[in-house]
Amino acid sequence: MEDIKLEDIIEILEDVEEGIDYEHVTDLVDGKHLDSFDIIAIINAISDEYDISIPAKDIVPENFNSAQAICNLVKRLVDED
Amino acid sequence: MENVLEWLEAAARKTPDAVAVADVETQLTFAQLRDGARRVGTFLGEQVAPGGAVALYLEKSTKALCGMLGVVYAGCAYSVLDVRQPAARLASILEKLQPAFVLTDAATELQADAVLADTHYTATPVERALQWDADEEVLAAARSATDRTSPLYVNFTSGSTGTPKGVVVSHGSVIDFIGHFTELFDFTSEDVIANQAPFDFDVSVKDIYGGMAVGAAVHLIPRDYFSVPVQLMDFLCDRRVTVCTWAVSAMCFVSTMNGFDYRTPDTVRIVIFSGEVMPPKHLAKWQAALPHARFVNVYGPTEVTCNCTYWEVPPAFDGDVLPVGKPFPHAEVFLLDDGDALVDTVGKQGQICVAGSGLALGYAADKARTDEAFTESPLCSGQRIYRTGDVGYWDENGNLVYAGRVDHQIKHLGQRIELGEIESVAQSCEGVDRACCLYNDTRKRILLYVVADCGKDALRGYLHDRLPSYMVPSKIVFDDAMPLTKNGKIDRTALAQLQ
Repeated sequence: MEDIKLEDIIEILEDVEEGIDYEHVTDLVDGKHLDSFDIIAIINAISDEYDISIPAKDIVPENFNSAQAICNLVKRLVDED
Repeated sequence: MENVLEWLEAAARKTPDAVAVADVETQLTFAQLRDGARRVGTFLGEQVAPGGAVALYLEKSTKALCGMLGVVYAGCAYSVLDVRQPAARLASILEKLQPAFVLTDAATELQADAVLADTHYTATPVERALQWDADEEVLAAARSATDRTSPLYVNFTSGSTGTPKGVVVSHGSVIDFIGHFTELFDFTSEDVIANQAPFDFDVSVKDIYGGMAVGAAVHLIPRDYFSVPVQLMDFLCDRRVTVCTWAVSAMCFVSTMNGFDYRTPDTVRIVIFSGEVMPPKHLAKWQAALPHARFVNVYGPTEVTCNCTYWEVPPAFDGDVLPVGKPFPHAEVFLLDDGDALVDTVGKQGQICVAGSGLALGYAADKARTDEAFTESPLCSGQRIYRTGDVGYWDENGNLVYAGRVDHQIKHLGQRIELGEIESVAQSCEGVDRACCLYNDTRKRILLYVVADCGKDALRGYLHDRLPSYMVPSKIVFDDAMPLTKNGKIDRTALAQLQ
């Protein structure tokens, strides 16, 4: 199983919306840095990249508020797969 | 029928205690909605003359709807303004609209004060107007000053020269359209309508007046629910929703986020979608989840009042092309070629033009743009037509198919955007020499190419201060020079290949 690195997640995020300090921001959704359409773009990108399907119940702000949270979500889903 | 309020009054007489509108916290019956609107109407009517415009700066809610209909009771036209746009853009909209009054609500009041600080407007919370006592005389005077041709609302949309334009729509256009819309799609008082669109979008007109015309309840889905699919699906299921008149982008949200794997709202009997071309794989997910529901593709820009054509999708549709279909009974739809001749050959493209009672009155305080888009028909003297800027063709079944744009307008995240507006704002930033905006349709990204000697962050900040966030490019690319065509114009095709 390939390693899921935080840098790779940040790269995906940069590609969706540049100009955000993904290494440090921890309120991406709650702080309205990302809107629902950015989240869709992120979901599409990570679903393609890691070949996973993100269940509706995991699509909550807590899982998308930081690059680290997204990284943890992806790791968990890849492990469950 | 002369005034949309006749629907509200009829429903309030017939079923006063039925739910008219509900948000997450509150709900109003038809009697309560009418009474609230009459109070606001009196409050406004005492200070504003009929025929003017009133702006509403607030999020959608049951109170917001009292405010909007209150404006109508005062004989004025309402304009709901997006609370997410920067102060500078809001100021240019107010400049065009010249509202006689600005309403907000208690929850948005502080923000309203802040964004209006540099204008000569102040906002009054609708809660204050709701305390007023309705006065029959004030309301009757306002009513007698309006008829079918009076402006009902003004919706602002992106304008290519940098300033948004306000589409002014009359009572008569909404009365005619909603009459056909509710009849064709069998709306009844038993329906439960799930409103997705914000009130500054004309998709919401179909929810608000469609519900009012038949006495059905309209449930307002909070915007935030479109980031949390579990909340959205619970809302649809728990409220036993039957009608979804939604933007395509909102439907794709549900299918992308696997909403149906969590819960299926099987009470939904009809899904009516518009705003963008529906991607077939998303439609397939919806049809599989709701095999007994009707699906209808509807088409039309704000300038024709909601929609001018519709096409009912066959069950388990597996084609690649979704036509936009045939005209609503009140609309006439035809294609014109570059020389203004009628195009009626199957498969041949032309600009989609529309005539009929749905046509907007024009753009607020903008005669030049109005005269350019709303012209006399070259085919029928005296007939007023609207040139949509959309390209289409007729298929072998006599259905209209949308095929693109004649200009640089795009649909992004359900929003209608003129790339020219972004370019013109970028070009006004100090240090920017040339700017060109492209849209990558596959990846749904707005890209901005600039020749400039300012910093990227400075330019990004400048755009953020002047454009709504959905219009700020995802990527800004700096270059030494723009590729040019033989005629010295920016070569968009060459630029697109750089991506």
